[in-house]
Amino acid sequence: MSFVLTINGRDHPVDASPETPLLYVLRDDLRLNGAKFGCGLGQCGACTVQVDGKAAYACLLPVAAAAGRRIRTVEGLGTAEAPSPLQKAFMVEQAAQCGYCIAGMIMRAQALLDATPRPTEAEIRAHMQPNLCRCGTHMRILRAIRRAAGLPVEAASA
Amino acid sequence: MSLGWKTPAPPAAALALALAACTGGARLPPPPPQTFSAAEIEKGAELAKLADCQGCHTADGGQAFAGGRPLKSPFGTIYTRNITPDPSTGLGRYSREAFVRALRRGVRFDGAELYPAMPYDHFAYADDADLGALYAYLMTRRPKDRPPTPNELIPPANIRGAVAIWKALFFHPGRFQPTPGQSAEFNRGAYLVQSLGHCGACHTPHNILDAEETKKPLQGGVQEGWYAPPLNALSPASVPWTPERVYRFLRTGFDRDHSAAAGPMGSVVRELARAPEPDVRALSVYLATLMQPASAAKGRAAPADHAAQAAAAQPAGAALYAGACAACHDAGAAMMREGRPPLQFATPPQEDRPTDVIQVILQGVQPATGPRGPYMPAFAGTLSDGQVAAIAAYVRARYSDRPPWKDLTSAVAKGRRQGGQG
Repeated sequence: MSFVLTINGRDHPVDASPETPLLYVLRDDLRLNGAKFGCGLGQCGACTVQVDGKAAYACLLPVAAAAGRRIRTVEGLGTAEAPSPLQKAFMVEQAAQCGYCIAGMIMRAQALLDATPRPTEAEIRAHMQPNLCRCGTHMRILRAIRRAAGLPVEAASA
Repeated sequence: MSLGWKTPAPPAAALALALAACTGGARLPPPPPQTFSAAEIEKGAELAKLADCQGCHTADGGQAFAGGRPLKSPFGTIYTRNITPDPSTGLGRYSREAFVRALRRGVRFDGAELYPAMPYDHFAYADDADLGALYAYLMTRRPKDRPPTPNELIPPANIRGAVAIWKALFFHPGRFQPTPGQSAEFNRGAYLVQSLGHCGACHTPHNILDAEETKKPLQGGVQEGWYAPPLNALSPASVPWTPERVYRFLRTGFDRDHSAAAGPMGSVVRELARAPEPDVRALSVYLATLMQPASAAKGRAAPADHAAQAAAAQPAGAALYAGACAACHDAGAAMMREGRPPLQFATPPQEDRPTDVIQVILQGVQPATGPRGPYMPAFAGTLSDGQVAAIAAYVRARYSDRPPWKDLTSAVAKGRRQGGQG
């Protein structure tokens, strides 16, 4: 079946069976390789993108459910030459170790900052809870999010 | 029902009690903590788990028992009270007598009415020694100064005095009656279910004024947007509940022949996991006995899985299910290889209403007993009402032999509002 996906403000016609996860279409058909395949079960968050402004697991979102909605991937935030404020904060804080989870972390954090520009520490932690980093750089990731939000980089007591 | 349920007192007596309670009394100072015995405090700790006091009286991320958790009702939102022994904002001004009166009759230390969100219609059946032990336990917790969050109720529910009328109409507790000829274990279970366990607060249908329909005990009710299924002959479970299976479910939040505890049941299980084993065994024996007629009627019929027919009847739902659900729920998926039950074993697809299938899709499942346990991601943010409805219709068609649910899309919209994602 053919669908039109609206990704980072551009329409992309794609041909796929309706149950195909959005993640496969992004990576295999559209060469948008930012979102990663981690578990395929909605448990790790490496595939996180935004759908209509909310963080979503691209591995569990059938393309039939994604068509006609606003999809945003990490490629829509910034480039290597001109990173977005949140991407810049991740770089300054050296929040990536292996980096596999980072695109998902950034997209989930960006969804929070778009809705709540100055979140509390508890809001940040509750919001980021679904996404896992196996290298264990969570503390740096939290610092990067605080930095991007203009909050003190060291946590207030959570 | 004759299995140890209510024996109502005459309404007039209850009205007199309610009125008498308004006049105050029981204004004795609380005893100092060192007067409680260690054994009494320990017993109170066990009973507090069986009653899941923490579940309602702890806000997300807040100190245990310090209150502030929002409880939604048809009349607005009630914020639970601080039940730590803080003198100004908690139980600090409650004498033992005032505490027992609050739990038995729903009257605050100063004589004001307590809203029936506090299940005193169940606690009235608890015996005096148990309430005293609960008091000893709560009065020895760490005090927390947390003033009450104002309730957000619509008239006339926002007037506390109106509760007196509610009580006159609906609050006629009797005393717990053990069922002669049943085992001590059965009767212990019956006592806990009816009194401190307050299972009926969710699992009994409520009338238009949010009072339990006591003539339909444990026949299934709606609470916080979830449907608490019947726990008696009307149980819709595909696989018969035995005492062992009920025990496993209450203790771990999961039974491989049924499904995982979700929604408000999660907090109940979190406490039952740490409650005394004999008490949870007693609950299991009693509840399995109540559900036994349903199990007998079901016999050995195999749970349904009509994959081909469901795909033909609900093609859109089938495609969404294949992309969003099958990675975990289909035969051979990673989760299934870990011994999780196929969906036809789960109760929600068998229920008369789609409420629980919808809420599970919207809210997912969090492990009930700690970081490890059954987990399902929430789809509220990614699937539209129509898409959730399509998946629910497909699940019903595939995994049950019952008729399709009606008006699914509006049920999803309602589920979102009640579940707090609206």
